[in-house]
Amino acid sequence: MGLQAVFFYLFAFVAVASAFMVISARNPVHSVLFLILVFFNSAGLFLLTGAEFLAMILLVVYIGAVAVLFLFVVMMLDIDFAELRSGFLQYAPVGALIGLILAAELVLVIGGSVLSPEAAKSITMPIPSPAVRTNTAALGDVLYTHYVYFFQVSGLVLLVAMIGAIVLTLRHRENVKRQDISKQVARTPATAVEVVKVKPGQGI
Amino acid sequence: MDSFFSTYLWPAIVMIGQSLLLLVCLLVFIAYILLADRKIWAAVQLRRGPNVVGPFGLFQSFADLLKFVFKEPIIPSGANKGVFLLAPLVSVTLALATWAVIPLNENWVIANINVGILYVFAISSLEVYGIIMAGWASNSKYPFLGALRSAAQMVSYEVSIGFVIVTVLLCVGSLNLSDIVIAQKTGIGTMIGLPPSFLDWHWLVLFPMFIIFFISGLAETNRPPFDLPEAESELVAGYMVEYASAPYMMLMLGEYAAILLMCSLTTILFLGGWLPPVDVWFLNWVPGIIWFLIKATFIFFMFAMVKAFVPRYRYDQLMRLGWKVFLPLSLVMVIITAFVLKLTAGA
Repeated sequence: MGLQAVFFYLFAFVAVASAFMVISARNPVHSVLFLILVFFNSAGLFLLTGAEFLAMILLVVYIGAVAVLFLFVVMMLDIDFAELRSGFLQYAPVGALIGLILAAELVLVIGGSVLSPEAAKSITMPIPSPAVRTNTAALGDVLYTHYVYFFQVSGLVLLVAMIGAIVLTLRHRENVKRQDISKQVARTPATAVEVVKVKPGQGI
Repeated sequence: MDSFFSTYLWPAIVMIGQSLLLLVCLLVFIAYILLADRKIWAAVQLRRGPNVVGPFGLFQSFADLLKFVFKEPIIPSGANKGVFLLAPLVSVTLALATWAVIPLNENWVIANINVGILYVFAISSLEVYGIIMAGWASNSKYPFLGALRSAAQMVSYEVSIGFVIVTVLLCVGSLNLSDIVIAQKTGIGTMIGLPPSFLDWHWLVLFPMFIIFFISGLAETNRPPFDLPEAESELVAGYMVEYASAPYMMLMLGEYAAILLMCSLTTILFLGGWLPPVDVWFLNWVPGIIWFLIKATFIFFMFAMVKAFVPRYRYDQLMRLGWKVFLPLSLVMVIITAFVLKLTAGA
């Protein structure tokens, strides 16, 4: 237990400290890099609770893909941070409201499970012991066996979002030469080459 | 006090010892892999390659190491200093960290975790950060272009690598790397009555996936013909332009550790890891690590030959290959594999 506590405090401290750095760093790229550190330490916290699959998926999806694209965009944009900071205070009430709501929800969830653990357990799926069913298999049971229709619906929502994004951004510009590989492969000497007999001194 | 020693201290000492041993062996192996890469490339072009330091140039990589270490690290004045120095560290640490879960032989693994393959996939998807950070922190045009290219390239090819891994996992039913190797003891060879042999390994059953994985591995590790992030004819050396001496060496080291990791992963997923090719007594007598190394080195030989033979891809062709060819192909293979497994399991 002692070693786990040490690692918990390590991950938790680094996560909170770098979360603070995300909002206080002057350089937006540094902010994103600190955000990545927050994700990384959260993955460590997941590991400590035994949710190994979630920890790895957090690494693959959030750090490996989402944050890369995020970093990509922040690097490409030339953000003037001083200008961005100037209107900071006018958004403070909205931010405070969102923070308050999140804090209230956290208190409700944690308070509920502290006051009556049985009631909190009755609304969630029972967690099988790791010896019986591995973490990954247990998650698979929940997603693909018990809640398969909800899973399909969420997949459909994502598909619609993807198609929407493609439709909004896809433009076929005129006068752009595109490579059509099947057309290139289908070319034969008969269609591509013309043999011309040229008489000397006459040209074509 | 005694229980503290036996529960915490001794396992920690053992683990540190194992890690150090693996690290030293790995670094020496990388030194010779680097030399082999140059020698093979030279041989294809009818040159001799490095042949001055030591017999047949065998100590060339160590001479290079000394040279890099004793040179002055140059940090460009416009560079973002912290990130600039952090990038090579990130790249080399991540590339080496993955080796903790690679089983070199039966039970020869430092951390035999349940989600081993996901861990490898996760850490290798983080390796792109070393490159992006290096490119951005250099504060110069060529490195930045190289970093952007590599970010897009690695994210694209990770998708098809992910699907290839999914097909293997469907066949095995476990995310543990050792289980994946052990599952290859039986396969289509034993199904038709042959003794356990190389026909049971996944390369035969999942042959298209094997090819896709090999090519995606080339793209994922920025090897030629997909080395656009460091294309020397257009970007000089891409994200590494501004690096010199020890930081440059660490970027190189990270790159080669990642390449070697990709070779080992191919070995584990498709070539039966430490299993001997045919189940005969004198082949079984050879230690598994030897088989593992032979297979991994063979894959690396193929990597080196591709580097020597194939001209560099154009960037739009690279993207087309990833998204329009490999992604649909691997997706269809996942569906086919799942159907076949479901039907045969019912029968």
